[in-house]
Amino acid sequence: MQQNTPIDVKPIDKDKVKMFLRVTLYLFVITVFEFAIAFTVPHEYKWVRIFIFVALTIVKAYYIMSEFMHLGHEKGALKMSILFPLLFVAFLLFILLFQADAIFQAVY
Amino acid sequence: MSSTAIEIEEKKDLWGGGVSPMNVSYGKLMMWFFLLSDAFTFSALLITYGLIRFSHPAFDGAIDDFVFSQEYWPVPEVVFEAVPFLHGVHLPLIFVGLMTFVLILSSVTMVLAVEAGERMDRKGVEKWMLWTLLGGIAFLSCQAWEWSHFITGTDMGSKLLDGRIFHGANLTMNEYGPPNFAALFFFITGFHGFHVFSGVMLNFMVFFQTVTGKLERTGHYEMIEKVGLYWHFVDLVWVFVFTFFYLV
Repeated sequence: MQQNTPIDVKPIDKDKVKMFLRVTLYLFVITVFEFAIAFTVPHEYKWVRIFIFVALTIVKAYYIMSEFMHLGHEKGALKMSILFPLLFVAFLLFILLFQADAIFQAVY
Repeated sequence: MSSTAIEIEEKKDLWGGGVSPMNVSYGKLMMWFFLLSDAFTFSALLITYGLIRFSHPAFDGAIDDFVFSQEYWPVPEVVFEAVPFLHGVHLPLIFVGLMTFVLILSSVTMVLAVEAGERMDRKGVEKWMLWTLLGGIAFLSCQAWEWSHFITGTDMGSKLLDGRIFHGANLTMNEYGPPNFAALFFFITGFHGFHVFSGVMLNFMVFFQTVTGKLERTGHYEMIEKVGLYWHFVDLVWVFVFTFFYLV
């Protein structure tokens, strides 16, 4: 074993850590806000609730993917090759929710 | 030599070979593609939840009048309202909220481990990986409790369509609502829980490689980054499971 070159440890990147803590705060606040919506907006406003929940979830997903997973700082080609195929998810969501309504109409 | 640097700037040469057009290593790129395929699997499961939920009638009364029945889809905040050591107290979604914060925090400690790895700070990586492992194990323990509560059921139980009183849930019957509700609960949270379990195993593997100095001898801590991507993905999926299974 020739383990004689000393490892040079660089100092902490303060800006980066600060940014991680800021993203943590955002995620925390958004989740608390979701709880507030869940218990203040009555269940009669079903689609208002669903719209708010989905929108806030997408905001959280954006922060996790962009900052924690570092995708926001990668090359455009990598960003697109990950995000573009996810359009298929929207497609599946669209057709299966229509299908759900069709099943509901047929059964009830 | 100076001319090659200029040539690479041109788009067509970027894909002509000899350089890494996406500027990431092979391992990281393949981890991204694996996560993309995993995202499709989880999307399919969650969209199937939507399909089955909306093909059942919804409960359309005041939330205080809600009782478990096989006739309509249950309201999640009434099903998931138990917290350990507080038997019989109605605390809707509190425990699952706690689980969400545990997983988010372990994602933060993971990102700090990656940051320490970029600086070749072995002590920092060890410290933050230990916290990440602790968060993952805490989440799994919470989930084990939640599952056993869900399977055991409430004190009253509820009446099935054939008139029997049934407590708790299994893959074919449950007291909370239509049979598919429990089946989807087991499949979706189970599949996610298994991902958390594999994540804890991978985290332990890279923690072990850090402690023994294997990564330091390699000269970089990219393994932490790759396993970190997987761990953040597990957190990302939980954000969606939390919304679609517990909130909506």
